[in-house]
Amino acid sequence: MAMTYNEDQSMLRDSAHDFMKSEAPVAHLRKYRDMDCKDGFSHDLWKQFAEMGFTGILIPEADGGLGMGHIEAGIVLEEIGRNLSPSPFLSTSVVAVEALKAADKAMRDRWFPGILAGETVIGIALEEGKKHHPEKIALKAERSGNGFKLSGSKQFVVQGSSADMLIVAARTAGAAGETDGLTLFAVDKDAAGLSMEAARTVDSAMAARLDLNGVEVTADAVIGDVNGGWAVLSKMLNAGRTGSAAEMVGVGTGAMDLTFDYLKQRKQFGRVIGEFQALQHRAAHLYGEMEMARSAVLKAQNFLDDDDPRAELYASVAKAKAGLACNLSVREGVQMHGGIGMTDEYDIGLYMKRDRALSEFMGDIYFHADRVAKLNGY
Amino acid sequence: MSDLESFRTEIRAWIEANCPAEMRTPARGDDDVCWGGRNFVFQSDAQKAWLERCAEAGLTVPDWPKECGGAGLSPAETKIFRQEMARASARSPLNSFGIWMLGPALLKFGSEEQKRHYLPQIARGEIRWCQGYSEPGSGSDLVSLQTFGQDKGDHWVVNGQKIWTSYADKADWIFCLVRTDKENKYQGISFLLFDMTTPGVTTKPIKLISGNSPFCETFFDNVVVPKHQIVGELNRGWDVAKYLLGHEREMISGMGGDGGTASLGGGFKDALGDEPILRAQLAMFDVESLAFRAHSERFMDEWKTGKAHPAYSNLMKYIGTELNKKRHELVMAAGGSDYLEWESKRSNEGKRARDWLRTKANSIEGGTSEVMLNVVAKRILDMPGA
Repeated sequence: MAMTYNEDQSMLRDSAHDFMKSEAPVAHLRKYRDMDCKDGFSHDLWKQFAEMGFTGILIPEADGGLGMGHIEAGIVLEEIGRNLSPSPFLSTSVVAVEALKAADKAMRDRWFPGILAGETVIGIALEEGKKHHPEKIALKAERSGNGFKLSGSKQFVVQGSSADMLIVAARTAGAAGETDGLTLFAVDKDAAGLSMEAARTVDSAMAARLDLNGVEVTADAVIGDVNGGWAVLSKMLNAGRTGSAAEMVGVGTGAMDLTFDYLKQRKQFGRVIGEFQALQHRAAHLYGEMEMARSAVLKAQNFLDDDDPRAELYASVAKAKAGLACNLSVREGVQMHGGIGMTDEYDIGLYMKRDRALSEFMGDIYFHADRVAKLNGY
Repeated sequence: MSDLESFRTEIRAWIEANCPAEMRTPARGDDDVCWGGRNFVFQSDAQKAWLERCAEAGLTVPDWPKECGGAGLSPAETKIFRQEMARASARSPLNSFGIWMLGPALLKFGSEEQKRHYLPQIARGEIRWCQGYSEPGSGSDLVSLQTFGQDKGDHWVVNGQKIWTSYADKADWIFCLVRTDKENKYQGISFLLFDMTTPGVTTKPIKLISGNSPFCETFFDNVVVPKHQIVGELNRGWDVAKYLLGHEREMISGMGGDGGTASLGGGFKDALGDEPILRAQLAMFDVESLAFRAHSERFMDEWKTGKAHPAYSNLMKYIGTELNKKRHELVMAAGGSDYLEWESKRSNEGKRARDWLRTKANSIEGGTSEVMLNVVAKRILDMPGA
């Protein structure tokens, strides 16, 4: 597969670009932040996403979706990142859809129409500690009657408090640290024994902490196989890691564009500061890093869409490289803006905050560099 | 079966039938590399046979036209040929500045007569070429070069000095930038070809930190160059040079890739148990290296379809060479004191250490990293200023 967009993909990029720029620019994020929105995003915008066809990009055609791939989802994510548009797209339309593709027809029919219509939000309840270690999942699911009883806690469930359903990764067998013995459950937001505490994160999104105290689910709440949840979870992780990396390419590029514009306008010592070689070299280096990140992400998307096993490795390469490049971009952005880069009024600081939050999503730079080493046998 | 698939089958069979077993082992040192030329001494019959068979089939320069000594392969066929060569672990039949640098310049700027005369010789490895660009006072600021060719009617008389001339002491001919107009800086340089045995040409190897001497100082003392040995127009040699530098940068940028192995750390896995920080550094390097590999692939796809910015090879050169230097720093760290041995047989005469030192030139030769960043900032990012 070529490492360039085809005509359809270029058209999608143009329409996603125009849409986010006009409907969900940085001012939109500020508006919802300043009104102290408890969802952290606009339900109206989520409906508009559906009207644009974005919410069903990864949903199979047989289920009423567009049946497109991770390149296309990544195109939308990049524009979301560039504009810091708050939306449940990554959790719901990428990670949850990837899980539901493995579910039986009844469950697909229950959730896909709402996602397609931009009415349903799904939360991913994965993390149990402050750092990402999916194989260490310990939240217990015990057999109970015809179903299971879930007990334990989760954190960093993005948009969890707005979710209609939560995909909960739980341990049905084995010990923490083992990939065997995990099972995925679809848990209704109103389930008895489920309590939630939502907190605003640094990037103005909302993330929930969940407590499950003997939450009862029936057997048909299982997604994929009992004890074999890792197979589906791996797909969710590959999609979420590659997807968040694509969003970070957008965040880093957005920050970089703001910074380069500023270098061409700001005058000191009687000159536009972009004339100074010290800044030009850093700008050129940053551009190269962002370009490499873009390529790594596109490669991972290609492998995912081709069902190539190298997607495992490249999802981590993409998340680590996008993390490095995007972080450099926001740090250089604030520094090169000087004093005004520290003000809330300027947008560059918002990019820095989103970078930090995305970096933590499904494994940071260090987690993924370590994973690259392990996958290469060291 | 598609045309390309049948081509793959065909070329695989050809390599199988023609590449001697000895030429399917990794080169042990510089002596194993065939550079061709009048004075080249073949290391084995196999090396000679492999060159001759490839040259006969046009496969030393697969993508050149047949009348120029090539095989006339399309870009897609050339890619397949290189994949099959790699698959068979076949050595390159011929390394040559003629193929990599002069050839592309002649194909673009040379007269029909020049193409017919020089290109087949290059393809057969009969003439070994060197490049006369840098001068003691003209490194990054190459256009300030002073070597002067005085017009004497049907010939020039060239006087001056070049430096960092790769393998000048072994080369048969030189392609050389010579000032032919002292009034015009950019449009006062011509691209001349001449025989290194012409009276007045002398070379002196420069010993480098690696202990090797791949570069020379080259002196011209009243060297006579006939007028027909100019490539392109009089005083327009800078256009040719710029075109060639673009080629050189693309070539050098390929080095950061991986030299065959996907992971640097994977090659040292048994030595890392007690080295957690080194392991971490190798992991971070592998992220970069794998990202760069994807990036090179995207660059080539964009380059082929005309979507890449014309100055993009400068960025590739910067990233590729800096990555290659980092790679060799980590190799030396992982090899520890074993890799410090400089002359022992066990260390293959200090190959690792010498290779490591050699890489330090990557970000200097063919345009320094600093000049590459200048070009990227101004031409791609459109930063203001001179």
